Amino acid sequence: MKNEGEAAKRPDNTAFTQQRLPAWQPILSAGIVIPGFLLIGLAFIGIGIGLFLTSQTIQVWEMDYTGVEKDSPCFRCTILSNQNCTCEVTFSLSTLFTGPVFFYYGLSNYYQNFRKYGVSKDYYQLAGDTGYFKSPEADCAPYAYDSKKNPIVPCGAIANSIFNDTFELYQIINGTKKQVPLDGKGISWWTDYNIKYRNPSPVNGSFAKSFDGTVKPINWPKPAYELDLIDPNNNGFLNQDFLVWMRRAALPQFRKLYRRITDGDYAAGLPAGNYSLKVHYNYPVLSFDGRKKVVFSNVSWMGGKNDFLGIAYLVVGSLCVVMSVVMLVVYAKFKFSDDDDA
Amino acid sequence: IRLMYYEKRVDSRTIYVGHRPCPDTEAFIPSKFCDNRIVSSKYTVWNFLPKNLFEQFRRIANFYFLIIFLVQVIVDTPTSPVTSGLPLFFVITVTAIKQGYEDWLRHKADNEVNKYPVTVLEDGRSVKKESEKIKVGDVVEVVEDETFPCDLILLQSSREDGTCFVTTASLDGESNHKTHYTVPDTEKDLQALPATIECEQPQPDLYKHYLAFLSLGPENLLLKGATLKNTKKIYGVAVYTGMETKMALNYQGKSQKRSAVEKSINAFLLVYLCILISKAVVCTTLKYVWQSKEGQDEPWYNQKTQKEKDTNMYLKMFTDFLSFMVLFNFIIPVSMYVTVEMQKFLGSFFITWDKDFFDPEIQEGALVNTSDLNEELGQVEYVFTDKTGTLTQNNMEFIECCIDGFQYKHRDTRSELDGFTVTDGPVNKLQQKKEELFLRALCLCHTVQVKEAGSEVLADQVDGIDGLLLPQPEEERGFIASSPDEIALVRGAMEYGFTFLGLESKSMKIKNRENNIEEYKLLHVLNFDPVRRRMSVIVQTKSGETLLFCKGADSSIFPRVRPEEVDRIRMHVERNATEGYRTLCVAYKQLSAEEYAVADTGLREARLALQDREQKLMAMYNQVETGMSLIGATAVEDRLQEEAAETMEALQGAGMKVWVLTGDKMETAKSTCYACRLFQRGTELLELTVRTLEDGRLKREEKLLELLRDYHRRAVQDAPPVKAGVTRSWSTANQDYGFIIDGATLSLVMNPPREADASQYRSLFLQICQNCTAVLCCRMAPLQKAQIVKMVKNSKGSPITLSIGDGANDVSMILEAHVGIGIKGKEGRQAVRNSDYAIPKLKHLKKLLLAHGHLYYVRIAHLVQYFFYKNLCFILPQFLYQFFCGYSQQPLYDAAYLTMYNICFTSMPILAYSLLEQHISMEILLDNAALYREIANNAMLRWRPFLYWTVLGIFQGLLFFFGVRFLFSNPALQDNGQVFGNWSYGTIVFTVLVFTVTLKLALDTRHWTWINHFVIWGSLAFYVFFSFFWGGIIWPFLKQQRLYFVFANMLSSVSAWLVIIILILLSLLPEILLVVLRKPRGPHSRQVYLFLPFPF
Repeated sequence: MKNEGEAAKRPDNTAFTQQRLPAWQPILSAGIVIPGFLLIGLAFIGIGIGLFLTSQTIQVWEMDYTGVEKDSPCFRCTILSNQNCTCEVTFSLSTLFTGPVFFYYGLSNYYQNFRKYGVSKDYYQLAGDTGYFKSPEADCAPYAYDSKKNPIVPCGAIANSIFNDTFELYQIINGTKKQVPLDGKGISWWTDYNIKYRNPSPVNGSFAKSFDGTVKPINWPKPAYELDLIDPNNNGFLNQDFLVWMRRAALPQFRKLYRRITDGDYAAGLPAGNYSLKVHYNYPVLSFDGRKKVVFSNVSWMGGKNDFLGIAYLVVGSLCVVMSVVMLVVYAKFKFSDDDDA
Repeated sequence: IRLMYYEKRVDSRTIYVGHRPCPDTEAFIPSKFCDNRIVSSKYTVWNFLPKNLFEQFRRIANFYFLIIFLVQVIVDTPTSPVTSGLPLFFVITVTAIKQGYEDWLRHKADNEVNKYPVTVLEDGRSVKKESEKIKVGDVVEVVEDETFPCDLILLQSSREDGTCFVTTASLDGESNHKTHYTVPDTEKDLQALPATIECEQPQPDLYKHYLAFLSLGPENLLLKGATLKNTKKIYGVAVYTGMETKMALNYQGKSQKRSAVEKSINAFLLVYLCILISKAVVCTTLKYVWQSKEGQDEPWYNQKTQKEKDTNMYLKMFTDFLSFMVLFNFIIPVSMYVTVEMQKFLGSFFITWDKDFFDPEIQEGALVNTSDLNEELGQVEYVFTDKTGTLTQNNMEFIECCIDGFQYKHRDTRSELDGFTVTDGPVNKLQQKKEELFLRALCLCHTVQVKEAGSEVLADQVDGIDGLLLPQPEEERGFIASSPDEIALVRGAMEYGFTFLGLESKSMKIKNRENNIEEYKLLHVLNFDPVRRRMSVIVQTKSGETLLFCKGADSSIFPRVRPEEVDRIRMHVERNATEGYRTLCVAYKQLSAEEYAVADTGLREARLALQDREQKLMAMYNQVETGMSLIGATAVEDRLQEEAAETMEALQGAGMKVWVLTGDKMETAKSTCYACRLFQRGTELLELTVRTLEDGRLKREEKLLELLRDYHRRAVQDAPPVKAGVTRSWSTANQDYGFIIDGATLSLVMNPPREADASQYRSLFLQICQNCTAVLCCRMAPLQKAQIVKMVKNSKGSPITLSIGDGANDVSMILEAHVGIGIKGKEGRQAVRNSDYAIPKLKHLKKLLLAHGHLYYVRIAHLVQYFFYKNLCFILPQFLYQFFCGYSQQPLYDAAYLTMYNICFTSMPILAYSLLEQHISMEILLDNAALYREIANNAMLRWRPFLYWTVLGIFQGLLFFFGVRFLFSNPALQDNGQVFGNWSYGTIVFTVLVFTVTLKLALDTRHWTWINHFVIWGSLAFYVFFSFFWGGIIWPFLKQQRLYFVFANMLSSVSAWLVIIILILLSLLPEILLVVLRKPRGPHSRQVYLFLPFPF
């Protein structure tokens, strides 16, 4: 009875057009939610216990060496006129500090996440493009040119403000100092070191020549091509300390990896005993009420020590379990009253 | 010759037929008329860009985004202009493409019309031209089945009687053939016809024809867009061309209706704008407080440039404020507008596609004229319905007639073909004569045409049509008329032995009982109009008698006939009316030669009047239609629409109040109301009609006030207080009230003699009406219908109104109501053209409102709330981060994430949800009309749910930020001891965010089709994929490779994984709990409420 024209005008009788697509209609019924909550809760408690215990096993030793108090060893270095000041912090470990030990420095009230600070760098310079050496990115101002209008390489506030305290660690054995070897390799992201940052190609075989016509950042004691004269793979923009510094911290209180203790006698960790940390105190922080500290820590599969995660898992896990019990009670109660009604 | 001569008037135009100057007029001045180009398009290639852009930026939202973008370009702001420029560009481009495409379609349609080849007579030769080249005054040739290229005056037809047939289906949907006449006395030689035509300047009314000449009327004018039928060829002179044709003048956009949801969106937008501004103000203030501390403002490691130091402090503050605005501006999303538009546009297809709306009879489904109001269908509180053709089928069946007081039953004609003659009452000679007169009147007094198509190919020989038609079985005879009543009457007369054979050259032929052909010369047709409520014809019999037959509503006929005749008939009429039949009275009078001469000149003059023609005609009609004698009355049954009663019951069950607005008599309308169960047996009727106002002692106004007060006391004050939220209690304990008012009384209420009473009358009237379950307004003029709708619309609480109707008389109320529904009925297409939605049958209204409307509302309400929510918890962490970065406007997220969040990562799931969600299946919605009340009064977009969503957004935003904040108290998160930086921080927060808002939607989704699965899981997968991709490559166009390997490194950290998981779960926990605990416990409500995902 239907001819062609009729069929053309008649709406398509497909599941989609008729809004009758087969659909799964999940219902969050108590029967699913209560056991679900219980399971999730138990799993979370399990993870939480694991995290918490792991976090507890991590050893951390940290020490503020800013030198605010008069009796602190580095107090004399806080006077600005005191150039090339060194101070010594001594401490003792009562047990073995299991290795590998990670050596961090920490700063607080230091805003690496200032917006203007954050953009104050020239990625093209840092990728080794000498074309940008002569004309640094405008965002680098006021760290783009020195007072004689010479372009600064690497330009910008981040590079200029690189953390330049250096540390030497000694174990004191019977009154003699034994230097603990610090490993500066592998402290920055692999991709930063291998891909993102590039040194300019040497000119006439000389790395320094490629920096011709540029000046070092104002605060730097030496130019970028002299950051590590011993290891050419740790020199220039590929200097690990530089790379670590260039990855901006998220919060005004942060720590950054300085060295690892993995070599020689200390591969298994720092044995119990007395230690002395010699600080080459260069970095001023008191002008903005900042603090500096050093942190020794070992890490687990979850990273550094962080109790928050374990506690959070325990709390949420127990919350889920409690909820499931409450729901069970509520459900049972109203189920009964339903039956009464019926 | 000249066709006419009139004084030159300012508002008339002179046309020289064939561009030949007329010898005896002044100099031939070719006037400037527009050419025959139809331009419905808005843009040209050249002005598209500027014009379209200008129009788009006139929208307040777009303008806001433009400002933000410009601020970003000018001021040194934290995010690059790309982040807001790209979405804006995207939105503008998509809209421009859409509008451009629509305009291109219009261009194409225009071109099709404009380039259509036509034949024009020029200097005696036929010249083929493009349609757009026709000039006013050209003589145009049109052949059969062609449409007229412009408005033409018919000069010559190939038919011998100088007529042609035309169908105006494309103009107003009336598919009957209308007869048009050539200009009388034109010479056959068109080539040399020197003539001028003077006519009015164009005006848009399709149905009001204007041409005023000696003898030119609407019947001489062929409208552009109409199609020539049954006529080989005609010649006509172009009088109106191009944009001045009736069709073009009628082509205009309807006024924009705004839905309640849009108003809510705007209110929410304001709230968010306030949040945005206060966030920016808070940050700016705190920034300067914080900076005042020594060493904070300019630490040695981050010194300012000289320029910054020199900048004025207040200017700095201002730019800081702007920067914060820019940083947080994502809280008001550009994409919401796009998504809402897309949802509406795409969603409306489901109405068109619904096969339940397909009516096999007319071979059509539902029609959506505007998609802006989809959700409004779920919010209707008042339904105003027309009666005829809407509640009833407008499929008339002749039931009985009453001639001179004797009743003639006529049911089931097939079985008792001769049931007519002897029913009851005496049959004598006189009676016989009356009977025949009555039947002749029925046969003559109408504008029905005989359908020629039914009479096979032979009928094409027009001249022989009578002879050929005769042997045909009578059932096959097809009639076409503008009103189905007329057909019913003609058919009724046919059953009684008088057959109308057709109108030929102004002479009507009928076949009487003796199978003789009687011929009447049609002198005048006094057309029907809704004010007079009657129509007449003046015919001349063979014997030279001039007769006027008039038929019309009893109220319009009774005062015009001799009073002594009325009583016998009135009884029948009223009884018929209470049975729900439509009654018409038939009267006639014999005109003497003098009387006719007076009437004839009067009518002609009135028709030719250039000014106030309507009034003059009306006055003339009234003058002619007096002193008639009543012959009888007819009763025609208008059967109820299919499932009319069920539909009305469902609407009332859904809490809607149904008002019937009809032009029909009170009794008829009342019986229809009972039949549709709008009034039930227990319903107490409060009547406010002319009849109840008739009181010997009191004046009408006083009586009116008294009645109003009385009804008010009964219906409003004594009624038990209605529980809030429940519009109509459905228990039978409450007394139901029905209210009836007629047009005359209504106008008294609306415009009382003393202006001071107006507001009191109105408020009383409105309060009574609002407390009645059903209201019937009868004897309404079309404008009164709109008046009522307007009154309710503007009453307290501004309820959402819906008007449904099928005829031209319903257009005003369809346009007035929030939602106008047209029924694709039998009375032309006017209602459909002016409606927002058109459906074939009344019964479809139930599904349209209860299922489609409900779902659309839930979908869009959820869409809106979700959009605000997801942007709140998107931007809140960024706001909180300011407290940790020295208020330096450091963005938390990378620019790519900021830009893509709303465009790619979270837009598709909500779009799919808002198109496909069925939180309750359609069947349940249809079965439980009460579910409609759940969403009444914009329930999901009130401040409470809005607050809920906002609190949820804030809770989650806080959780995201501080959860990661505590994790970052030790940023060494990898097992190799390396630390994470600020972009890792942002990426972790962002990952939690994207997963949470998507899973939140997944929790809300009650109807998981494969599309939902695809889009939800696809979005998440896309986010992960994109993040890898974005961070996996050194992008040469980026100045800073911020995200290089950040995402991959994040995933290498177990802690990051664990924090992401726990934050997602914790964010969704309250939601899950609410869903489980909110479940009502009653066994009855369970099956229904179980599915409601909305916690309020």
